[in-house]
Amino acid sequence: MKFTTLLLTCLRGLVRNPMRAALTVLGIVIGIAAVVAIMEIGEGSKQQIADKFSNLGADVVNIFGASVSTGGVNSGMGGRASLYPSDAEAIMEECPGTVVSASPFVRASGQVIVGNTNWSPNSIKGGNEHYLDIEGWEIEKGSAFTKKQVDEAARVCLIGKTIAEKLYPGQDPIGQDIRIKDVAFTVIGVLAAKGADGMGNDQDDCLILPWTSIRMRLMGASGSATISKGGAANNTNKASSTSTYSTSGVNFYPGCELEPYASAPHPLRTRTVDSILVKIRSKESATPAMDDMTPVLRRQHKLEPGVLDDFEMRDRSQFIKMVTGTSETMSRLLIAVAMISLVVGGVGIMNIMMVSVTERTREIGLRMAVGARPRDIMQQFLLEAVLLCLAGGFIGIIAGRIASELVSKHNGWPVATSPMAMVLAVSVAAVIGIIFGWYPAFKASRLDPIDALHHE
Amino acid sequence: MLRIAVIELRNITKVYHLGEIDLPVLKGISLSIEDGEFVSLTGASGSGKSTLMNIMGCLDHPSGGEYLLDGKDVAGLDADDRARLRNARIGFVFQNFNLLPRTSALENVMMPAYYHHPVDAAAKIRERALELIRLVGLEDRMNHTPAQLSGGQQQRVAIARSLINSPGILLADEPTGNLDSTTSVEVMNMFRELNRQKGISVIIVTHDPKTAAFTDRAINMSDGLIMEGVSDELSATLEK
Repeated sequence: MKFTTLLLTCLRGLVRNPMRAALTVLGIVIGIAAVVAIMEIGEGSKQQIADKFSNLGADVVNIFGASVSTGGVNSGMGGRASLYPSDAEAIMEECPGTVVSASPFVRASGQVIVGNTNWSPNSIKGGNEHYLDIEGWEIEKGSAFTKKQVDEAARVCLIGKTIAEKLYPGQDPIGQDIRIKDVAFTVIGVLAAKGADGMGNDQDDCLILPWTSIRMRLMGASGSATISKGGAANNTNKASSTSTYSTSGVNFYPGCELEPYASAPHPLRTRTVDSILVKIRSKESATPAMDDMTPVLRRQHKLEPGVLDDFEMRDRSQFIKMVTGTSETMSRLLIAVAMISLVVGGVGIMNIMMVSVTERTREIGLRMAVGARPRDIMQQFLLEAVLLCLAGGFIGIIAGRIASELVSKHNGWPVATSPMAMVLAVSVAAVIGIIFGWYPAFKASRLDPIDALHHE
Repeated sequence: MLRIAVIELRNITKVYHLGEIDLPVLKGISLSIEDGEFVSLTGASGSGKSTLMNIMGCLDHPSGGEYLLDGKDVAGLDADDRARLRNARIGFVFQNFNLLPRTSALENVMMPAYYHHPVDAAAKIRERALELIRLVGLEDRMNHTPAQLSGGQQQRVAIARSLINSPGILLADEPTGNLDSTTSVEVMNMFRELNRQKGISVIIVTHDPKTAAFTDRAINMSDGLIMEGVSDELSATLEK
């Protein structure tokens, strides 16, 4: 029998009882609609999260000092003050294949004052001239600080949108004075708004300064790292060996004439940085980039083979993956539940196909008598079941799309059409048709033509 | 004139196994039907004539004996081969017509052709079906469904259907059983026409002597065996 003829025969068989066919596929329709709707809503929230995190920089690797244990207390990540600004330069020079740029990163906190208003920003961050690019900041007004300004520890700063609104309402902040922890700075630029980060923190409530300015002018304002000994101790001489970040020209700590302080070294904190941010060529190249950077840092830190790294690297895409993973797990769970309803729908199909085979026993007998082979009968009933399921699948896709659109309109949830969901839905429907249509079709093909012909 | 036997049965037996009891239905039938014969198979119910017809129609296989169809032994064929054989060589007409419900007369006639091997082009099948519909005089009703046709008309559709693959043998199981006497005569005349004009061998299974009287040769069965000569009842009808 030709396939087109078979198809027509099956369609005719189905439209003979349209109401029953419609009720039969209802289970499949509901199941497929649920799968499609859940996948679309899941996809939507995943994309939303991805969007939120993309401005956090997925192509950034953070390098921290390793943790250190003192007296049984572990400092956690970044506890060891082992990173130097020269490390950032070395990485940029020696890993051009995987690394775009690198910047030292330091953090401060404190009050800022403009005129008679004050404000405690969420964060005061410091980096070099590449920092804005690495973190994906754009300048809305004014200009970024230059390498020269970084070298000079210039008293300039960039302010976030929120700060601009709070401290300079209705004014142009460019060129205005701002006092950060009682040190006068000049605002040279306003950053374009970034909005909340993935955790809901306002990213625009921040100031960005040359890292040198924070280290040299806002001392004592450092971040979390408090332990300045450990693996870094044997590198004490390193930072001063580079001219760029040399502090030799600036006497921030005017020597004390008193004997005990005469030979005191600079506190380590002025020369180490909290972390180093590295922008890599692409999101996917995080691992090769880290493999590139590790030997550079080990050499910079003069670590003997066998000595553990005194730094740790983490790429941010891991963090993003972790957050999106949660919503993915949730939607997978829901899809599993929807799949159960598909199985129930499949059982409904099987049930009706069994009824149909019994009801059409004489037709089967006749077809066999006039020359249909068992496999012809099998094909006919199997195709009928598959057609039912496919029809249910297509209706289900439409219903699912409508449902997800309604949900997005009504609840304001993000949805995204997922072609994957549709392909999956249709193939699942076809597979269910084959699985649950097989047994009734097999039974039909095994009928004895004589008995079938005389079936009442 | 030497005529070729289309159907030759040699000592055919059929035993049904009902639990532990063996029920012999056919007890050694030897029979030869020649090409172009018009034969009736008569007998009381339970005489085994339906079983014999099923075996002749390749719907069933015998428990013993040889069955030569067109000179070839078909007793040992498997289900697929028997289906092919039925499709190509044998036309079936049933007592209860067995038309597909909610399907037009024309579609009903075309249906067996779809199972033919190799399958013809749809247009060719349709053309042949139209010809047969015309032959049975239903051209103005070819788009009616069986429910819209009378019993006689339905049986004529069934006859047209049995001819779609140009079979050599027509097997009719009580073709007039569900028809009134006038339509019975019409249908039997149609079988005679087909036999005379197209040379198709027609075998009619019936318990009705009046129907058997239309045929050229009556085979009378009783208790699983073929009786010599004709039954008294039939001869009485023939004499009239």
